[in-house]
Amino acid sequence: MRSKPLAFLRNPFVQKTGRSPLFLKVATFAALLFLHFPIWIIVLYAFTTEERTFKFPPPGLTTEWFKVAYERQDFWDALTLSVKVAAASAGIALVLGTLCAAGVYRSKFFGKDVISLLVVLPIALPGIVTAIALRSAMRTIHIEYGFLTIVIGHATFCIVIVYNNVIARFRRTAHSQIEASMDLGASVFQTFRFVVLPHIASALLAGGMLAFALSFDEIVVTNFTAGDDQTTLPIWIYTQLFRPRDRPITNVAAVFVIAVTFIPILLAYRMTREAEH
Amino acid sequence: MSTDPTVPTTNPPLRSKSPIRLISNFLYRHSCLATGLLLLLPLLWLVVIYLGSLGAMLIQSFYTYNRFTGQVIEEFSWDAYKEAFTDPDLSPPNKDVIKRTVRMAVAVTIAAAILAFPLAYYMARYAGPKMKGALYLGVMLPLWSSYLVRVYAWKLILAKDGVMTWFLEKLGLMPVLDWLLDIEGIGGNSLSTSYIGVFLVFLYVWMPYMVLPINAALERVPKSLTEASSDLGARPWYTFLRVILPLSFPGVVAGSIFTFSLTLGDYIIPSVIGTSSYFLGALVFTQRGTVGNWPLAAVLTVVPVVIMMVYLSVAKKLGAFDAL
Repeated sequence: MRSKPLAFLRNPFVQKTGRSPLFLKVATFAALLFLHFPIWIIVLYAFTTEERTFKFPPPGLTTEWFKVAYERQDFWDALTLSVKVAAASAGIALVLGTLCAAGVYRSKFFGKDVISLLVVLPIALPGIVTAIALRSAMRTIHIEYGFLTIVIGHATFCIVIVYNNVIARFRRTAHSQIEASMDLGASVFQTFRFVVLPHIASALLAGGMLAFALSFDEIVVTNFTAGDDQTTLPIWIYTQLFRPRDRPITNVAAVFVIAVTFIPILLAYRMTREAEH
Repeated sequence: MSTDPTVPTTNPPLRSKSPIRLISNFLYRHSCLATGLLLLLPLLWLVVIYLGSLGAMLIQSFYTYNRFTGQVIEEFSWDAYKEAFTDPDLSPPNKDVIKRTVRMAVAVTIAAAILAFPLAYYMARYAGPKMKGALYLGVMLPLWSSYLVRVYAWKLILAKDGVMTWFLEKLGLMPVLDWLLDIEGIGGNSLSTSYIGVFLVFLYVWMPYMVLPINAALERVPKSLTEASSDLGARPWYTFLRVILPLSFPGVVAGSIFTFSLTLGDYIIPSVIGTSSYFLGALVFTQRGTVGNWPLAAVLTVVPVVIMMVYLSVAKKLGAFDAL
């Protein structure tokens, strides 16, 4: 650090006084409240005794809707399909995203920027674009809409999630370790297995879980790539939103989905944190 | 130090002739080829499936839709483009829909930046390590948790006898709401059927995407620069305006790519909450779904692509890609 000979002239409290920190605290708190309040509301409404309207505050609380929702087979079918789709998409994205990150990290040629742009494009362009584009292509080659088409779409925009996580880890990896391994006679594959893989393992897991969460939740593209009898959980919830009579069940399903998606996010967060410290 | 049993302890002979070793040596010597092999599969996937799809969409935008037979004629023509931008019989006219959607995307982006900046700033400058972790998680959880459920939450909040009305009544702010809803152009019968409602939900759903890039950009502003600024006599606000804000602006632009693009291409939110009048995504959805006019749907999808291309090239000039 450079010495600051004039530091004594500076008012040491200048950063701490003034309006800005208090204003900043209030603004931060307000923004966080804005982000989290609706989630609490969802939880509250799952217990309301009111069936027909969105009356607030709820006239009474009950847990009976959880039992009713538990017996809905269509909900469980949708959940199963979504889990399968998310697992397959995350799997493909893991392989392709990792390969791509490794390639881009190694290469020094000019096409590097083009490749990173290409990877981001499926989520940087509006969702409707990816959706219509995929649907046009599937229409052109007369492929049947179903499980496979959903997975193809999801994997395409999940690649970037894995890619970002893995390439960030590669950038923090000391390249000398890989060189040392090769110098000591390990083959390319041994170096990957014993040096690179342990190093990027938690980034892979984190990226895979976030890709899973993204796919599990996707509807904008899924609406266009799913067949008529393929109801993923988001599509199921979407149709539920237009069925006022099912409102209590929708409320319960919403809480369930929130709870389920929190788990991979928290795990992914912990894993990337631990690796950084 | 004990050795890991899975790691070979003796060096393999250097002139080993096992095929794996041969391939390995070959790849090591031809490192460009190895890089190429790594990139082959992902690039093949992205180019064939993604760019190929975009190409298919572009081709379909030049087909013609026959309104009487309901069939798509697969010959090159500009008809769909002409129809999209000049047909006066369409209700609502497509041009208005595009304008409305872009206006909404701009409004959401600006509001998200204003709301996200203080949070990102506090995270980067004032929060201790523990607090920073908590805040980071506080932004990540809503960002990654179910989009549809979060939209649904706003249906509960904005409903006529819902949460918002209750709070506003308790606070005696109902006249303010009535006044807002009376404003021509953004108002409506109730919050859940007005543009204000749609705006609030868009803002809520996409705001977290703004926080993280701004935070990353702020973290990169060197402390020595702000110290130098205050050493040279600048007041905190002046330092903020002249040093911190310009240096973190690429982060704002990077975040705006997401808020703008996501608002531009969403058809779920306006269908769950909002007015009957269309947004671009919803318009495409109806053309494809109920009408089956594929060429027109493709043309209307080319519009946001062009808008985003312009937006991305401006963002690149402003240095947003380094802040992503």
